[in-house]
Amino acid sequence: MTTAAQASRRTRRVRPVRAGARARLPADAALLVIGACFVLPLLWLVFASFDAGAGHQTRVPGDVSLDNFAAVMTPGLLFQPLWNSMVLSAGTAAVNLVAAVLAAYPLSRFRSRFNRPFLYGVLFGTCLPITAIMVPVYGLFVQLELLDSMPATIFFMATTTLPMAIWMTKNFMDAVPVSLEEAAWVDGASGMAALRTIVLPLMRQGLGVVFIFVFIQAWGNFFVPFVLLLSEAQQPAAVSIFSFFGQHGAVAYGQLAAFSILYSVPVLALYVVVARGAGSSFALSGAMKG
Amino acid sequence: MTARLRRRARLLPVVPAVLLLLVFLAGPVLWAFQASFTNAALTGRTARSPGWVGLENYQRLFTDPLLPLSLGLTVLFVGGSAILGQNLLGLTIALLMRQARRPVAAVVGTAVVAAWVLPEIVAAFAAYAYFSRDGTLNQLLGGMGLGQPDWLYSFPMVAIMLANVWRGTAFSMLVYRAALNDVPSDVTEAALMDGASGWRRLAFITLPMIRGSIATNLMLITLQTLAVFTLVWVMTAGGPSNASTTLPVLAYVEAFKFGDIGYGTAVASVLILIGAVFGAAYIRLLREGKP
Repeated sequence: MTTAAQASRRTRRVRPVRAGARARLPADAALLVIGACFVLPLLWLVFASFDAGAGHQTRVPGDVSLDNFAAVMTPGLLFQPLWNSMVLSAGTAAVNLVAAVLAAYPLSRFRSRFNRPFLYGVLFGTCLPITAIMVPVYGLFVQLELLDSMPATIFFMATTTLPMAIWMTKNFMDAVPVSLEEAAWVDGASGMAALRTIVLPLMRQGLGVVFIFVFIQAWGNFFVPFVLLLSEAQQPAAVSIFSFFGQHGAVAYGQLAAFSILYSVPVLALYVVVARGAGSSFALSGAMKG
Repeated sequence: MTARLRRRARLLPVVPAVLLLLVFLAGPVLWAFQASFTNAALTGRTARSPGWVGLENYQRLFTDPLLPLSLGLTVLFVGGSAILGQNLLGLTIALLMRQARRPVAAVVGTAVVAAWVLPEIVAAFAAYAYFSRDGTLNQLLGGMGLGQPDWLYSFPMVAIMLANVWRGTAFSMLVYRAALNDVPSDVTEAALMDGASGWRRLAFITLPMIRGSIATNLMLITLQTLAVFTLVWVMTAGGPSNASTTLPVLAYVEAFKFGDIGYGTAVASVLILIGAVFGAAYIRLLREGKP
């Protein structure tokens, strides 16, 4: 769907038929009402994090305090889980990138009977509900004695996002003109050398998008590490925040909100980076048609 | 012969990806179908060496009153929150954005996307607080002098469906924004000249032109919603008394709470099959769209 993204970029300059200013006011008002509904649940998160005595209610904190943030910013509570999240997400993204680039290269460059069935098979893989696969994966991990192993979890998480990563990478690679490599081939460079020295540098930005996209998904993933990583020392923030909620839930809503915000900031920042660079439809690049 | 070999060798770089997919995706799926015929347990003797029990899990599953309930709730959840909720709201927002002032559209777009980009566990907490007894929704209803039910207890499905609409609408909105941008403006202009009203233009020109995107979007949000676990687990954990136990929650509860991996995988197999049917339909749709 880079095609669609490109198309949308192309047509952005062409102003769509606009109803007169008369029609704009109701559209503005309706949109603002919808937007307010979407913001409301998030408001609680922000207010509660600065409110030392926060409960479920949304209220503007009487006196703004950073107590909640101070309370959760301890090595055991915040930094270790965030570090684990970092290892898990960066590892997942790295495995994805390597496997996806390698797989995308022949798919993008050489015609073969194998290509289309493979790509559709891979796409079919994305369709399977991962939550349904978790019970059998757990069983499999028990039998292979891989439970509570960070590398095994990384490889599994990488596989769940791999189909999407392959599609996105192939689309970005298709956009690099083949003529440059042909010159290199004539000069005797192998396919892999051409990939490394010509194709990859030219699709840097696309690789960045794939990496960040996978990273965001892995960072936000709760269910996979919840099932596969058992010891507290290994658990990423998504899981530790859940146990935190379970143990102190009744009392520490402010701290929960503060923790949530600190944990969300990295992905929000990454999203902004990508959305700025590649248009807001970036995330759909792999999801929609090839 | 060597040419053929060389052609084969070109495909070598695909091997790591294929290995990963076989080991971690195809493997578990096949293992699931096999394990669903055993009495594999979470702990104890049968965890390491499960025994073959044949169709017992499936017999139990299809006589279990929980299965029709859970299937029904899953259909309600997917139909209500994805096919109706996210899809229609996403389309509405995308259409409104074309008419609204640019800064308004940008701000509202950010608000909608924010709920989607947040880590799912954080979104689930926010939704939990919003719908809880003394949460924001009841504060608003109270302010308007309306009743304040305990949403998560009395209307758990309504709460998780609304929460899923809130969480997932951004995807449909982005799809439809991209699709509407691709509708050539001269077509709608021509219709405008012919005096077609706004609704007629939408029904007879715009929607038919983006029908490919509509179909794709419906498939993808169905598959995404089918797999939603965290939102339900944090908000209601399937309760009260199974009133919001969708299939992923049922599979999890049977496998990990009651320790019956064999039975849990039988539930999971049903869910995988449903996903596979939709997935196959989606692939077909794509192939037809792109000969």
